[in-house]
Amino acid sequence: MSENFLFQAFSASAILAAVIMVTRKNPVTAVIFLVVVFFSVSGMFLMLDAHYVAAINVILYGGAIMVLFLFVIMLLNLGHTKQKDLKGPMGGLVGGTIAVAFLGTLTQFFIGGSEFEGMSRQGDVQLPLGLEQQGVIAPIARPLFTDYIIVLEVTGILLLTAIVGAIFLTKKRSV
Amino acid sequence: MRFFDFASHGHYWLALLPEVILSLSAVAILMRDAFVEKVSRGSVDLVDDRASVEYLITMYGIAAALIASLWLSDMSAPTDSLIALDGFRVAANFILLGGALLVVTLANDYLARERLPTAEFHALLLFALVGMLVLVAARDLILLFVGLELMSIAVYVLTGLVRNDSRSSEASLKYFIVGAFASAFLLYGIALLYGATGTTRLATAAVAITNEAVGGNFLLTAGVGMLIIGFGFKIAAVPFHMWTPDVYEGAPTPVTALMATGVKAAAFIALLRVLTIDLGGVTDLWRTAIWWLAMLTMIVPNLIALTQSDVKRMLAYSSIAHAGYLLVGVATSSSLGRAGSLFYLAAYTVMTVGSLAIVFHVAGPGDRKSRIQDYRGLGWQRPGLAVVLLIFLLSLAGFPPTMGFVGKLFLLRAAIDAGEIILAVTLVLTSLVAYYYYLRIVWKMYFESAPEDAEIPEAPGVAFRWTVGLSAFAIIFAGLFPGRLIDRAQDAVSDSMVPSDEISTSHMNEFHGSDLPRDPKVVSAETGSQRESLRELRWR
Repeated sequence: MSENFLFQAFSASAILAAVIMVTRKNPVTAVIFLVVVFFSVSGMFLMLDAHYVAAINVILYGGAIMVLFLFVIMLLNLGHTKQKDLKGPMGGLVGGTIAVAFLGTLTQFFIGGSEFEGMSRQGDVQLPLGLEQQGVIAPIARPLFTDYIIVLEVTGILLLTAIVGAIFLTKKRSV
Repeated sequence: MRFFDFASHGHYWLALLPEVILSLSAVAILMRDAFVEKVSRGSVDLVDDRASVEYLITMYGIAAALIASLWLSDMSAPTDSLIALDGFRVAANFILLGGALLVVTLANDYLARERLPTAEFHALLLFALVGMLVLVAARDLILLFVGLELMSIAVYVLTGLVRNDSRSSEASLKYFIVGAFASAFLLYGIALLYGATGTTRLATAAVAITNEAVGGNFLLTAGVGMLIIGFGFKIAAVPFHMWTPDVYEGAPTPVTALMATGVKAAAFIALLRVLTIDLGGVTDLWRTAIWWLAMLTMIVPNLIALTQSDVKRMLAYSSIAHAGYLLVGVATSSSLGRAGSLFYLAAYTVMTVGSLAIVFHVAGPGDRKSRIQDYRGLGWQRPGLAVVLLIFLLSLAGFPPTMGFVGKLFLLRAAIDAGEIILAVTLVLTSLVAYYYYLRIVWKMYFESAPEDAEIPEAPGVAFRWTVGLSAFAIIFAGLFPGRLIDRAQDAVSDSMVPSDEISTSHMNEFHGSDLPRDPKVVSAETGSQRESLRELRWR
């Protein structure tokens, strides 16, 4: 199984899960499929040697943000529609196939890690210069704090604005 | 002339001085709200305190940012830097900051009347302004996106400022959803452009596109298309305008004024810079799309506006139509068209803020009286307000001798010079159609009498009176003597960072005190001929 195949498998599962996600009527199911999308995208990042981005993607999006989504949906009591989304034979089949394919490829990737390591250097993908020496975080961190420091600062202001806005729109009325 | 090479972080601080000043003012307001306000709350009725501290901080902050922008006009930077330092940015800053200054001054009475939280309003307005300035200064697509988001998020919240009014909340949510959708398009476009060119830096991408065989690349075409869609939502061009009337109507009117001028102007200037300056070498890529956008955006809203009975809604459609006129300047893809767009944006900002200010003053407590029927007899009840509104409406319609008229003439001239005859004809015809709905308000004000039980709108405060009065005067004055402003617009456009093949040599040129990366003689000859062709405009 070549690395190219894995990449395409991850792409296919990401697209499929995304399509399923937007066609679901039950929000909880939709969120679960969104998690599948995030995991597939993380898999693609892994294949591109962007391990750090892959890990962050799983932790932040797959973990934190999705949990928040689920909380909100359950608090708003949206998950109790009588839609049979995954219970039909087609749904089960598609969902099961994707889950098995995804878990299978991912397990294989992690178990057979040493096997892929040699292969990833042979493909068309050109590693950024010095990736071997610096590891995977420095090529992200260095431009972030040198060339793109202004973008980082403006993002800080953006987050501050978002916090102020969120607090303002949700706080109890004082008058 | 000082040169920034961004070797040290201090250069960034200086090159972004207006943005830094505005951010610090906003943070100061937030800090004061958190720690100081509590002491005095309850003992003094702060709501009626017209010159609130937040208001003063905002005014001083914007004024300081204006001065900083002026100071920046003497600076220069390499063409491939992250931040633009050119006349174009300075002119854009002046339009945006000037518009915000008008909004803040005029909104003061409104905030007091509607008992809205002043600290949040001013802080968020300043943050939105920072986003706008970053957007027009960005020379990198990532920075451009972050600036756009900063502006958008602040304005989403401002739209929902009146929390006990369901119209305001509805408008906020609508704007947020559509805006998030637009941002997704824009971001995807940026990603595709990065895929096609291998860089997010505009100057480098432009060189890559013109030099190499990336021109016919599908990624590039799709990327530019997505970029245009994303910007199309923000400047409310047809067919991406559906949200505009609802949001403009539901938002508190000062925020509507900010959206119709600042947000639209900033997105428009960024579009102008990306398309006509950076992608100016590959006009085939985007010209047809912009041409159709301009056509649709001129025709559709002008027809819909004819049937509106709410003044705010009508002005919303009018603002969409103005985006169409501005897009004509982009479609010409000439420096004359760019200068025309800048000039028209300046005119548009003043007249839109002015007319919306009158609208929210007349609307009275709770923002209720905004139907056209409510303007019956205003000409005799409040002659001052009516005359000022008359001037703004005439300028929006494009009557001589107003700034709006000169602006339209300028754009018309650019369109004809570029051979865009159909666009020019459409611009004239749709402007004629627009006369009807602008003049309908004038008719109601002067030729119909108010019903017996109608309450007369209260007299505006001193600051309000002076600001709208001066704005109206400026509109007329600039309509009579537009020469200097036209020169300014032309200078700003000719002093814009042009991506050049010889980035490294242009560094050297600038370093040795030469004026611009390009051959100065060519530049002066170019502007000379433009000025010649604008002589006809200038006799007024």
